[in-house]
Amino acid sequence: MLTIKVLGSGCANCKRVEQIVRKIVDEMSLEAEIVKVTEYPEIMKYNVMSTPGLVVNEKLVSAGRIPTPAEVTTFLTNALMAE
Amino acid sequence: MDQSLSTQHKPEIPWRMIGLLVLGVIAWLAAYNIIQPLANWIAYSLLAQPQGSHLGDSLAFFFYDVPKIILLLGGMIFLISLLRTFFSAEQTRAWLGGKREGVGNVLAAMLGIVTPFCSCSAVPLFIGFVESGIPLGVTFSFLIAAPTINEVAVIMLFGLFGWKVAGLYIASGLVISILAGIVIGRLKMERYVEDFVWQLQSQENGVTENLTLQERVERSWASVKEIVGKVWLYVVVGIAVGAGIHGYVPDAALAGIMGKQEWWSVPAAVLVGIPLYSNAAGVIPIVSALMEKGASLGTVLAFMMSVVGLSLPETIILRRVLKPQLIAVFIGVIAVAIIITGYLFNWIM
Repeated sequence: MLTIKVLGSGCANCKRVEQIVRKIVDEMSLEAEIVKVTEYPEIMKYNVMSTPGLVVNEKLVSAGRIPTPAEVTTFLTNALMAE
Repeated sequence: MDQSLSTQHKPEIPWRMIGLLVLGVIAWLAAYNIIQPLANWIAYSLLAQPQGSHLGDSLAFFFYDVPKIILLLGGMIFLISLLRTFFSAEQTRAWLGGKREGVGNVLAAMLGIVTPFCSCSAVPLFIGFVESGIPLGVTFSFLIAAPTINEVAVIMLFGLFGWKVAGLYIASGLVISILAGIVIGRLKMERYVEDFVWQLQSQENGVTENLTLQERVERSWASVKEIVGKVWLYVVVGIAVGAGIHGYVPDAALAGIMGKQEWWSVPAAVLVGIPLYSNAAGVIPIVSALMEKGASLGTVLAFMMSVVGLSLPETIILRRVLKPQLIAVFIGVIAVAIIITGYLFNWIM
């Protein structure tokens, strides 16, 4: 099972990232836990300086922008293969 | 090394992408040159308004300015975004590390223009800078320059006022960011940063990416769609109001209240500008029309800077990491700097 975290204080861009992730998880019919991380001390643990950030299995894969659905698919596939 | 692997790593020249970019430039230039005759044709022939009439002139103004500003925004945001794919907040932090006051403030203000920034990222960026040992004043120079010298504001000033005003705007934004950062640094406000910021431990680097030209172009195009999609309606409404003023308000009608004679016009413009953040794109065309009717340049620039640089939403976000005293100093120092700039331009122009 994947643990996916969306880092961000809840701005429009962070919500967009969450939507894309949910869509891809559904499409790939993955078992995944999607967590929204909104507290700054917690966000800063991943050493992100620009939000939204995306973390898959505790690994930061994207920060400061909205990744495309294709990119999210790649991130999730890579994480599955590493499991 | 395996033969097939070594050929795979050879950098290929992305001819297809370069071809697309050249085509894009040609199409953009063609469109930019056709809008003036097209606007005149729509207003004076298609809608049959006589040239020189209030309505005819307002319509011609509207049909010329809307596509012009949208084209300028699209083209320039693409170029700026392309440039920005070569910068990142992490890279900027590395460059600023170990810089003294002065040099650090100047560099921070300049990097504030090119580093990708959105006000929702102000807090993580602030924490990231401060915990890596960048002085508070240098961090503020960055945090003031990044939103103030904002690409949409600069492009619209360029489109509606010309390159001199856009250049003056950038220069005064830089000076304000540098000086305000130095003042905040000298005031030794470190204890007014929320305590949790100092307790965080920075870790190894975040994501670093090596992008191909194709990825850079795709990202730039995505940000053009995002930003133009967000502001186009403000631009249309703003220009419509501006066009109305252009056609109907008598010349010099505003010299009395927004001209340079009144001492209070600059502070009033700054005060009015603070809550207007989200409407920056719509405010500039109106301001442009006001200036034509007698408002003075200093007042107009002060208003613009206040609208984009002193934004209420960003201040509220920063409250998460700054105590109220430091927030007050932050707003106060920028407001004073903008007011001085306004007076300066009213005086020299």
